[in-house]
Amino acid sequence: MKKSTLVLGLLTVALLVAPQFLKNYGIYLLTYWLVFVIATMGLNLTVGYAGQKSLGHAAFFGIGAYTVAILMKAGVSFWLGLPAAAAICFFVGIILGFPALRVQTIYLAFATLGFNTAVWLVMRNEEWLTGGTFGINNIARPALPGLSLDGNLAYYYFVLVVTVLLALLLGGLLRSPWGKAFTALRDNPIRAESLGVDIRAYTLLSFAIGAAYAGIAGALFASLVQFIEPGPFTVASSIMMYLMVVVGGPGYFFGPVLGAAVGVLLPEWLRFAQAWYLFVFGTAVVLLMIWLPDGLLSIPDRIRARKQSRLASQARAKAAQAAGVQP
Amino acid sequence: MTHAHQNDRPLDKPLLKVSGLKKAYGAIQAVGGVSFEVRPGEIFGVIGPNGSGKTTLFNSMLGQITPDAGTIELNGEDVTRLGPLELSRRGVGRTFQTLQVFGKMSVRDNLIVAAQEHKGSMFGRMFAPGDSGLGAKADALIDQFRIRHVASQKAGELSYGQQKLVDIAMAFMSEPDLVLLDEPCAGVNPSLVGGISRLLKELNRNPAAGSKSSFVVIEHNMDFVMDLCHRIMVMVEGKVMAIGTPAEIRANKQVLNAYLGE
Repeated sequence: MKKSTLVLGLLTVALLVAPQFLKNYGIYLLTYWLVFVIATMGLNLTVGYAGQKSLGHAAFFGIGAYTVAILMKAGVSFWLGLPAAAAICFFVGIILGFPALRVQTIYLAFATLGFNTAVWLVMRNEEWLTGGTFGINNIARPALPGLSLDGNLAYYYFVLVVTVLLALLLGGLLRSPWGKAFTALRDNPIRAESLGVDIRAYTLLSFAIGAAYAGIAGALFASLVQFIEPGPFTVASSIMMYLMVVVGGPGYFFGPVLGAAVGVLLPEWLRFAQAWYLFVFGTAVVLLMIWLPDGLLSIPDRIRARKQSRLASQARAKAAQAAGVQP
Repeated sequence: MTHAHQNDRPLDKPLLKVSGLKKAYGAIQAVGGVSFEVRPGEIFGVIGPNGSGKTTLFNSMLGQITPDAGTIELNGEDVTRLGPLELSRRGVGRTFQTLQVFGKMSVRDNLIVAAQEHKGSMFGRMFAPGDSGLGAKADALIDQFRIRHVASQKAGELSYGQQKLVDIAMAFMSEPDLVLLDEPCAGVNPSLVGGISRLLKELNRNPAAGSKSSFVVIEHNMDFVMDLCHRIMVMVEGKVMAIGTPAEIRANKQVLNAYLGE
């Protein structure tokens, strides 16, 4: 069995039993975290695997949320709203991918940031569609035949199932040749293209698939909080999602699990710090970026690299001794 | 010294035909009407002093820049305005002057990704096995390039020489008809230069079924070029000074005066 499959299995079992030890708010918070795991899984594909600097992810999260909310208000079932949210975000993701074909790095980040601001303005100003700053309330939770997902526990298990399915899907995609093509695009697009990797198609796909994940997360979010307004979909939210990916470890499959925990659960645990919370959180991030720029999950790789370097150094010393070189 | 150009190769119609290629940067004519042909199975060297237009010629042939005039034909098809992706799909491989491996991937994965896009459709590759069925081919090249001991290591963690071998091996994974090698010996120690020369001769002699395995090589190491290439083109100031076998180039007084300085 692959190590990542084993970790996913153990994590799923832990999350299946976790509600036994939590109160209602804890279960709600865990669901909130899973929603952000899904959103950042998508962003990890765009940023971590394919190397496209996107600061517009919260816009897709918002498009997904508003799609489901608006459709449900119009009487459409959640079960149609959810795939619609994914599909709309997929296509808008392709459109946002086009600037990435022309600009990279910080310039791309600014282009996506502009996109996020534009989407946020639509959410805020187009009252006839989005309810403006008043938002959309009373968004229902879905139901399955004979099973209501209204309660926090039932909804938690539903979101957990969706998260595991999307994680398996992404894992399969990353293990396929597409995964290598995305990594090649990130590491060296010029070489990749010379080897026949269609960097144009893979760039657009990395945005589109990442956006679809954010769309699904947004749809689940709308039904979780049952009231949406433009606030959670600002550029600041996009930066926070980007931070979650970076903290967890961009390009590490389980990075979003850890990163979203730092972004969603840690603030709850730091509540005791009250006014000092942001200072503690900010300091922790600064220290992390200095010592672990590749994120928390890079720690095992660092230990392995250090061990390899020590062994190589010992081997060289031995070889030098054998060759008669004085130490 | 036994030269590879003494091999008896069928000299049929050209694999690559460059005609009247021109490229200027402002007032500077980097390439001023260059014409030559590369035959199937041939190793064709391009030499010349710095600023003679070799890199501009190479970049035009590889679709990195668009020439101002002239044509480039591959297997009789005009490919003058095609980009690197289209050229790769038509069987053109290349190496770069500087190392261009995928640092965070293993050596084996570097080789697999170097050929996977040539197998099946893009949609089909989403459901294909991780190694795209290229594992055996990658292993064969790993053994041929004697990098078995580092096959599972990340390419970025290897020494310069080892990365250079991975870099060259990647260009051959998709069994291209034509490989353009940009200074394969740059920054390489003398003992490895011999190894690279041996490998390139092997790959030229034993091309995969259906492959024509021709190379165009830019290189400053004269011993390497003279030993490896069947024919050599000397460029000076963006123009062709001479094309001939290594023996002919060595005997050419104009070339001696302008470049070889012997």
